[in-house]
Amino acid sequence: MAERVSEEEELESVAATTPGMLRLLLGNRVAVTAGLVVIAFFAIGLLAGVLTPHDPNAQHPEAIRAAPFWRADADARFLLGTDSLGRDLLSRMMYGARVSILLGVVVVLLTLVVGAGLGMLAGYFRGRFDVVMSRVVDTLLAFPFLIFALAIMAATGPNLVALVLALAFKGWVDFYRVARGDVLAARAADYVTAARGLGASTPHILLREILPNIVPPLIVLATLRMATIIIAEASLSFLGIGVPPSIPAWGTMVADGRADVGSAWWIATFPGLAILALVLSVNLFGEGLRDVLDPRMRKT
Amino acid sequence: MWGRFFAQRLLQLIPVLVGVSFIVFLTMHLTPGDPVEHMLGQAGRITQEQIDELRAHYGLDRPLIVQYGRFLRNAAVGNFGPSYSHQGRDVGAVVAERFPATLELTLFAFLVAILFAIPAGVVASLRPQGTFDRTATVAALLGISMPGFWLGIVLMMVFGLRLGWLPISGRIELGLAPLPTTGLNTVDALVAADGAALWSAVKHLILPGLAMAAPMAAMVMRMVRSSMIGVLGQDYIQFARAKGLPERTVVGKHALRNALIPTVNIVALQTGLLLSGNMIIETVFQYPGLGKLAVDAIAAADYPLVQAVVLIYAISYVLLNLGADALHAVLDPRVRAA
Amino acid sequence: MSRPLLDVRELSTQFSTYRGLLPAVDGVDLSVESGETLALVGESGCGKSVTALSIMRLVRRPGRIVGGETWFDGEDLLRKSQAEMRQLRGDRIAMVFQDPLSTLNPTFSVENQIVESLRIHGVARGSAAREHSVSLLEAMGIPAAPERLRSYPHELSGGMRQRVMLAIAVSCEPELLIADEPTTALDVTLQAQIMDLLAALKQERRLAILLITHDLGVVSQFSDRAAVMYAGHIVEQAPVRALLEEPLHPYARGLLRCVPRLGRPDIPLTPIEGSVPDMVNLPPGCRFAPRCPEVMERCWESMPPLYDQGPGRIVRCYLFEAAEQAAPAQGTA
Repeated sequence: MAERVSEEEELESVAATTPGMLRLLLGNRVAVTAGLVVIAFFAIGLLAGVLTPHDPNAQHPEAIRAAPFWRADADARFLLGTDSLGRDLLSRMMYGARVSILLGVVVVLLTLVVGAGLGMLAGYFRGRFDVVMSRVVDTLLAFPFLIFALAIMAATGPNLVALVLALAFKGWVDFYRVARGDVLAARAADYVTAARGLGASTPHILLREILPNIVPPLIVLATLRMATIIIAEASLSFLGIGVPPSIPAWGTMVADGRADVGSAWWIATFPGLAILALVLSVNLFGEGLRDVLDPRMRKT
Repeated sequence: MWGRFFAQRLLQLIPVLVGVSFIVFLTMHLTPGDPVEHMLGQAGRITQEQIDELRAHYGLDRPLIVQYGRFLRNAAVGNFGPSYSHQGRDVGAVVAERFPATLELTLFAFLVAILFAIPAGVVASLRPQGTFDRTATVAALLGISMPGFWLGIVLMMVFGLRLGWLPISGRIELGLAPLPTTGLNTVDALVAADGAALWSAVKHLILPGLAMAAPMAAMVMRMVRSSMIGVLGQDYIQFARAKGLPERTVVGKHALRNALIPTVNIVALQTGLLLSGNMIIETVFQYPGLGKLAVDAIAAADYPLVQAVVLIYAISYVLLNLGADALHAVLDPRVRAA
Repeated sequence: MSRPLLDVRELSTQFSTYRGLLPAVDGVDLSVESGETLALVGESGCGKSVTALSIMRLVRRPGRIVGGETWFDGEDLLRKSQAEMRQLRGDRIAMVFQDPLSTLNPTFSVENQIVESLRIHGVARGSAAREHSVSLLEAMGIPAAPERLRSYPHELSGGMRQRVMLAIAVSCEPELLIADEPTTALDVTLQAQIMDLLAALKQERRLAILLITHDLGVVSQFSDRAAVMYAGHIVEQAPVRALLEEPLHPYARGLLRCVPRLGRPDIPLTPIEGSVPDMVNLPPGCRFAPRCPEVMERCWESMPPLYDQGPGRIVRCYLFEAAEQAAPAQGTA
């Protein structure tokens, strides 16, 4: 129908310019709110040292399992209560934000660069490298993430670098696939042929011509992957093989609170809510980003 | 055609399995936790001789390549050796004991996810932005944003402890276990026509099953929804209506089949993730399956057991993809030409 | 001929777009007699396809039929329930679409899709349906019909797919066939074949055809009468010969000046200046006024009604108000 087509075309032409994209994104109230929440978490994590009312690792033996503020038996000093060692939940949660976001960003950046880089090479040069990479990818995918992570962490003990590697282990595959697929398509495109006709060198073509075009879907993917990584890190911490126990992390907190689930339920529940809130916001923002940057991937 | 199809895929299986086994082998052997010391740990003072003897017994003093060779040969016949953390019992036996439990739980979660997600996705797609759609979308977003272990704990808290409706650990009430024919309590109970056992088995499956199923159901529902919306805008749907077909045929036959094609891939992917989530959920609910076994085994540096479990997961994943490919070919005749 | 098989009066269909209401079909009148072919001509976006869908009542959100009557064999289709319409569709009124690859379901075999129609409308079931399908395919000129039944749409060529679509369309012996640009997606040789097929069907089965097209060649060769549509309504309707030799409405005249004539290289091709109006913000007067070489003052002020110009000829243009001053056929605001 002519009417329907023109509306889509209009949207696409608006979204083709950066100021246009920004406007579209800002018009999406859900995405904007979600984005603000993420920024808030980020800020809290960054400023945790200044904001927290208590030292997250300080134990208060006289206020063990204190209840959150709305209960009659609450301790006014600890807004969200304390855990089984008397540590302030609110402070620990704020520090937990720091860990989750930091790890999320680092792992996503790492997997993005590695995955997209390999993907571009495989997609552009094809040949044996591409074939070998497919085998590698297939093998990697058959490997359950958790087992590998468990193995590494069990081997090295609590170690942030190892944790990053464990989390990055399978993550790069998604970036690899998207980059490879987009490069395959781009390589046959007219603008690449034109560039080659003008005598452009291969690195130039890859970096200056193709890369800018494949960046948008990669950005969207990065946001959505961040959500997955945050949950993965929390899961590992929950199992005790994630962040070292001296660093407050949401997953560890949930594990700590597990034993008290029947009575002091807040110890396990609140950190989980924090994870939910952050991940949900990241997901919502990522979807808003996708609607603007890469309508092809749009679900509707 | 089908013979060639399966043969092709199975051949692709082999390098993948080899690769996986090699990785497993390497990671286990490169980690410092020495299994022999683990095993002898409790025995008090041990002499170096005893350690060396035990090591030789398990072949742990040979070069890595030789060990790997032995490993492969044995694995091919299902012999993984003794389990270090289970008093030297054969790994195969230990795994076989726990396998049905995980199989049952995973199947349950899978069915719950699919039976909920597909109809929900279809209904949501019929009125985009309508009330049902909006609710379903929110629910789906929550489903993929929630950490599985936390959902498990919350479910446990609310339905197990607070309301006391459902049990929070184990597979079945003590003393109610039916005669093991398949190892799947629900099936066995049905076979034995044992209502109490069946009900108990199901009750124990519900909470862990839901926790496992939630993220998968969320992703599948979204996929079905978006697929259906795309398909419903296609010309052949309009043509089907122009033929005078009732709407339920248009949606249920013409649209759904096409929408399921990309969904199959997501389902396969998610089921693979289901296996991962399984380890966490089993730990949360103290469910006696492979997942919990694996987690414990890694902590105990029980190489053979871990290797066996990982291989099982890897094989399951590959078989899953095989099944998804086959299903793909059944649904979409355009694929069969390849 | 007592009454036309299909008699559309003031049919109006609107779409709600994010920019406002779009009157895709704005008071359309046309009629098709039993066994005759009416061509509905116009450029892309003028509302021809929406008209067809409106007649079939296949318009869905965000579109809505907002007025008019569509009389089919004495009954107003707009008053019927969806259940009643479903019985009619495929059975008494059939429709074929433009692109046969996208209109046939890629996951079902040809046989499945033909038999489905037969079964739904109670024409045949089981093995009788199968045989019926074979003879249908043969009637459409498809060789090796029994094997073809098992094929899938992607395995067939474009022309064959179109024949399969036609086979499905005529499987239940409809009285009216609505063909929405049946040849646009095909190359010229195939076009000719398909049009020949349609002509044969028309002859053998006394099939009335509403042929939607923008191809004047197809119009001249296969239609009895033609209706020209512009910006949502009919601007001229006439027997084909009359329209082609002596078009009245300035738009129709403009269209014909765009068509090259074999053997007359001296006649220049003159495109029509300007572009179609924005359907969401329509001006009050005649919609063709901005592009009309003979525009007058009053054309900008109000929309001309349809004027009778003789047997089967109507024009929506103030230029013809004087000639044959019968009561204006139907008017729209």
